[in-house]
Amino acid sequence: MQESINKDRKTKYLNPYLGGVLLGLVLLAANFVSGRGLGASGAIKSGVVSIVTAVNPEAVEKSGFIREYQGAHAGSPMKSWLVFEMLGVLVGGFLSGALAGRLKFKVEHSPKITSKKRLMLALLGGILFGFGSQLGRGCTSGSALSGMAVLSLGGFVTMMAIFGTAFALAYFFRKNWI
Amino acid sequence: MGPLAVNEIISENTNLLLAFIIGIGFGFVLESSGFSSSRKLAGVFYGYDTVVLKVFFTGAITAMLGLLFFSLFGWVDLNLVYVNPTYLTSAITGGIIMGAGFIIGGYCPGTSFCGASIGKIDALVFIVGLFIGVAIFGAGFTLWDNHYLADFLGSPKVSESLGLTDGVFALILIVVALGMFWAAEWAEKKFAREEY
Repeated sequence: MQESINKDRKTKYLNPYLGGVLLGLVLLAANFVSGRGLGASGAIKSGVVSIVTAVNPEAVEKSGFIREYQGAHAGSPMKSWLVFEMLGVLVGGFLSGALAGRLKFKVEHSPKITSKKRLMLALLGGILFGFGSQLGRGCTSGSALSGMAVLSLGGFVTMMAIFGTAFALAYFFRKNWI
Repeated sequence: MGPLAVNEIISENTNLLLAFIIGIGFGFVLESSGFSSSRKLAGVFYGYDTVVLKVFFTGAITAMLGLLFFSLFGWVDLNLVYVNPTYLTSAITGGIIMGAGFIIGGYCPGTSFCGASIGKIDALVFIVGLFIGVAIFGAGFTLWDNHYLADFLGSPKVSESLGLTDGVFALILIVVALGMFWAAEWAEKKFAREEY
C-alpha cells in the first residue's frame, strides 16, 4: 500500500524545478497585473477584520489593528485582491488534486503520532504562523517569496528567519515528521 | 505599460477577476508540486524531500529575472511595483515565530489552503489556527505595536543595502541557489526515506 503511494508521488508530482519556473511566472503575472506579488496571510487578515466588524462593530473603533488596516484598504475588506487570489488557490489546488487523483479527506501524519496529536500541532502551528505573519507583515508567500522577487531587504530577512528557525527547531520536532 | 492596475489600463473589477485567475494558477502549481502534503513540506528540514527549497528558490529567481527583463524591455515600471517595506525588528521576530509555526504545524498559510482544497483535515485545522493567531495579534495590538513599528528602514532593496546593482545581486543569488540545489539533491540521497 505504502509503496504504491510512493510510486504515485514520484510519477504524479511535477518536476520541482519546472514547478518553480511556473510559480515564478505566476508571481511575475501578479506583479505585472497588480503591481504587487502573491500573498496568503493578507486574505486571512481581511477575513478576521470582516468577522470582527460584523460581530462587534464597537471593537473596530478601539482596535488600532483594524484602524491601521482600514487606513491601507478602502472599501469592504473582503473585496480585496488577496481574498480573490486565495479563492482562486482553493479552486486551482482542487483542480490539480482532481486531475492527479489526490482528492481525499484525511489527516496526514507520521505513524509515530496519532491523528489527534497531529491536529493539535496543526492548530498550534497555525496560531503561531498567523500571529507571526502579522508581526512580519506577510507570510512565506507575501513577505518571503514576493519580497525576494522585488529584492526587498525585509523579504530576504524574513525568509532567512522563517527557514533558519524551522531548521534550528527541526531536531526537537522530528518525531512528528520522521 | 505595466503594472496594469496601477497604470489604470484595467479596471478595479478586472484586476480582481485576474486576481482570481492568478490564484488558480498559484494553487494549481503549488498542489501539483506537492505543497498540499505537510510531510513533503517538512521534508526540507530533515533532508528527505527538498521540494520546498527547489520550488521556492526557482520561483523567486524566475520572477526576479522576469521583472528585471520586463523592466529592460519597458514592459513594466519597477518604480510602480510594490517593494515590501522593511521594519527590521519585526521582520526577524515575525519570521522566527512563523518558522516555529512551520515546523510545528507543517504548513504555511498558502500551502494550508492548498492542502485543504484536496481534503487534508490537518490543513483545515491549521487554517483555523491562522484565524486565531491573526485575531490574537489584533486583539493585543497595543501590547506590541511599538515592537511592530520599530527600526523602520523604508523600502530598501537588498542589492542597494549591499552596494550592488540589481543585476549583479541577481547573478550572485542564482549561483547561491545552484549551490543549494546541489546540496539538496545530495541530501535527498543521503536522508532518503521510502515512506512518508
